[in-house]
Amino acid sequence: MALFKKKKPEFVPSGVDTTANAAVTPDKELPYAQLGLKDDEYARIQEILGRRPTASELAMYSVMWSEHCSYKSSKIYLRQFGEKVTDEMKKDLMVGMGENAGVVDIGEGWAVTFKVESHNHPSYIEPFQGAATGVGGIVRDILTMGARPIAVMDQLRFGAPENPDTARVVHGVVDGISFYGNCLGLPNIGGETVFDKVYQGNPLVNALSVGALRHEDLKLAKASNPGDLVILFGARTGADGIGGVSVLASETFDSTGPSRRPAVQVGDPFAEKVLIECCLELYHAQVVAGIQDLGGAGISCATSELASNGGAGMRVQLQHVLKRDESLTPEEILMSESQERMMGIVPKKHLKAFEAIVNKWEVEYSVIGEVINEDRLYINWGEEEIVNVPPRTVAHDGPVYERPVAYPAYQDALNANTVHVAANGNGLHRHNDNGSELAAQLVQIVSSPNQADKGWITDQYDRYVGGNTALAQPDDSGMIRVDEKSGLGIALATDANGRYCYLDPYQGAKLALAEAYRNVAVGGARPMAVTNCLNFGSPENPEVMWQFKQATAGLADGCLELGIPVTGGNVSFYNQTGDVAIHPTPVVGVLGVIDDVARRIPSAWQDEGNNIYLLGVTKDELDGSVWSEVIHGHLGGRPPVVDLAFEKQLAEAIAAASEQGLIASAHDLSEAGLAQAVVECSLRFGMGARIWLGEICERDNVDRTAALFS
Amino acid sequence: MTFKIGVVTFPGTLDDRDAQRAVRLAGGEAVPLWHADENLHKVDAVILPGGFSYGDYLRCGAIAAQAPVMDSIIKAANGGLPVLGICNGFQVLVESHLLPGGLIRNEKQHFICRDQTLVVENVNTPWTNQFTLNEEIVIPLKNGEGGYIATDETLKRLEGEGLIAFRYKDVNPNGSMHDIAGLRNERGNVVGLMPHPEHAVEAGFGPDMPGTMRSGVDGLKFFTSVLNSLVNA
Repeated sequence: MALFKKKKPEFVPSGVDTTANAAVTPDKELPYAQLGLKDDEYARIQEILGRRPTASELAMYSVMWSEHCSYKSSKIYLRQFGEKVTDEMKKDLMVGMGENAGVVDIGEGWAVTFKVESHNHPSYIEPFQGAATGVGGIVRDILTMGARPIAVMDQLRFGAPENPDTARVVHGVVDGISFYGNCLGLPNIGGETVFDKVYQGNPLVNALSVGALRHEDLKLAKASNPGDLVILFGARTGADGIGGVSVLASETFDSTGPSRRPAVQVGDPFAEKVLIECCLELYHAQVVAGIQDLGGAGISCATSELASNGGAGMRVQLQHVLKRDESLTPEEILMSESQERMMGIVPKKHLKAFEAIVNKWEVEYSVIGEVINEDRLYINWGEEEIVNVPPRTVAHDGPVYERPVAYPAYQDALNANTVHVAANGNGLHRHNDNGSELAAQLVQIVSSPNQADKGWITDQYDRYVGGNTALAQPDDSGMIRVDEKSGLGIALATDANGRYCYLDPYQGAKLALAEAYRNVAVGGARPMAVTNCLNFGSPENPEVMWQFKQATAGLADGCLELGIPVTGGNVSFYNQTGDVAIHPTPVVGVLGVIDDVARRIPSAWQDEGNNIYLLGVTKDELDGSVWSEVIHGHLGGRPPVVDLAFEKQLAEAIAAASEQGLIASAHDLSEAGLAQAVVECSLRFGMGARIWLGEICERDNVDRTAALFS
Repeated sequence: MTFKIGVVTFPGTLDDRDAQRAVRLAGGEAVPLWHADENLHKVDAVILPGGFSYGDYLRCGAIAAQAPVMDSIIKAANGGLPVLGICNGFQVLVESHLLPGGLIRNEKQHFICRDQTLVVENVNTPWTNQFTLNEEIVIPLKNGEGGYIATDETLKRLEGEGLIAFRYKDVNPNGSMHDIAGLRNERGNVVGLMPHPEHAVEAGFGPDMPGTMRSGVDGLKFFTSVLNSLVNA
């Protein structure tokens, strides 16, 4: 077809490396090491191709085989999320791990897709655009599944508030999320904000999105029918985001080649909002056979994954890509992470209908190739062939590593240093018999940066748009109505406690799961699925790999115990500056379903005269607690023991009580314990309470400090 | 009979579905209107909903004010058709010169989302006739560029002629002059305001009210008002 008969390229950058050229110049040295590939990885690429790769092929492999895209260090551990499951757990799972986002059946013909992803490194370099495009990227993942995105949440971790750089990052990140999320028209229904000096040089910016779809609207990222057209639509491809995965930033790539380009993408939420509506209309008209968003690794990722997933091949004419800058080289076009772009697989007979819809939304598009019945991805630049590879080798058959694992040298001493032995063996001082000191500690704790009201952040986000928000911050979970007639809805909560995970990554991951699970249950929803964003230090550090191994095992075991599957997630390694890694921070998100959101349970006290009950047993578990941090600046010992069987019982009890209308409000106890919960419950509507600690102390055999802050 | 209320969608409009829902809950029929289509499809009133039309590029509402559908709306408004502009819709009305003044970046430079108390200061419009004079209502406010400004002369005229429809109470969230939250035109058929009545129409999904979470439905009266005015027209 016309695509490949073009006589003369519009612009020929000097030194375009063709496959023919590669075959006859086997000894040409390529800067694979600068692109992050190891010697053996480069050797494997040569083995796959039977020759040296072209510059374009090298660019594709290097980016797709990067840690970020290939999960090469984490893969062997992530498998257990698919293995430690029962048939019962898989019952409602429509799409599991490996796709853009997991999909679960929530009943009444509805399905929900959700995922959390990291945008940590870009957000440190350029907080505003880094955070903004983090929201944009995760929303496109949700859209790609065929769903209408219905809400977002953010999990943020920053350095110490008193460090001058923290303000740069915090305000940039919050403004970026506010700018992008508000303009997309997605309610922001919750999240987390934590300050700790361990995140000073490595702030964590995770973004979660959730979408709803009818079962029959499910879309998958695959190109399987030969003859179907490959269409790139949305924003034009520019030079932004190149080097996001360290590719092409090197001058040595070619002396006349690309200069250094900005590594952080720039977002345009207006373009994304239009793209969302445009895609939903395309889905409704059933004119796309497959769809993939363009994020990390850009066209390299979209073409190879679509072809590999569909078990077919693809022929692409790279000169047909619409560009913002005509001087872009083929390698740059392949690598660009320009935002707000999608790749659709469109049967020829639907091209007219496709064009009518994208034209209505004034979205630009170009046909860049077609699906072929051959296990090959061919990419041409004009008449020159610059890529000729088996798509699966790029997208899915990347390297897998079993990195060295070592029990941390500091671990035993850390665990031994409990609140009972700290302070030279005396234990951290408790003011059990001094009411006014206890009251002062309570005020100090609830007004500390991590415990204080986060309204100064969340009031910059739109929580109303859509008109379906049933719960949002400061409630324990966010809740969104999915079906306006029946009231069917979903609840979402996320949690991670880096301090607990540092003390014990296995228990810490379970604790995060338990808390997110409880937050969903306490709002009246039934927890049913899990997503995660695993933020860790360098995988090349064996002690970090031990943390990762422990945390993934804890999460997988916890999910099995609670009977809810992991549907997908994301790994972010290399969150470390020099030798200093962040605390292991596995963010766990739990999705719940509620048959009618009208039944939801508020978290704060509204009516005078009600009785307050504390469910569960209070134990003296202050290691790693907010009390130990804020009052004593201490971190040591072992985190609280998590009892998931009891957690499950508690959730069932709340669900049953809610169905019978027995509960006026409910709030979970977590960080800073009973004290924090009571303060939050009473502040929202100015409803006070009288609490007798004596009964708790006596029944559970704990002192007042533990009763208040454990 | 059921009255038809048009709800305009520009590229970047966000609260169009919410406005349509509000119309339905009030008992009207919501008719989607498309920015590129001059045809108003014989609607009895028009709502310009909130959002970021055309990405708020150039100036909020400036590009939308030039859309084909606005030509028809401006003509019809001058002929007496009831028109309500909410948030970005208010900005479009100002940019179209259907209402005076301008809207600038919030005083504190941040987007703000809060449950806002307003005083209804004019009930002689098709959009406010179900309120009582000086009634205090709570509806959500969410904007980044909601600071109302006007010349001294205009402000004097607005005050003197009773054209201020809503004023912020307790908190002025965006630095608006004279605490102005919304305006009406001389004839009364065109009303614009920054806060969002369409987000306070359904118990469970509205603003917090004293002692009851998300129960506020004060916004519904905007929509029942216009239906009421059409019945009596």
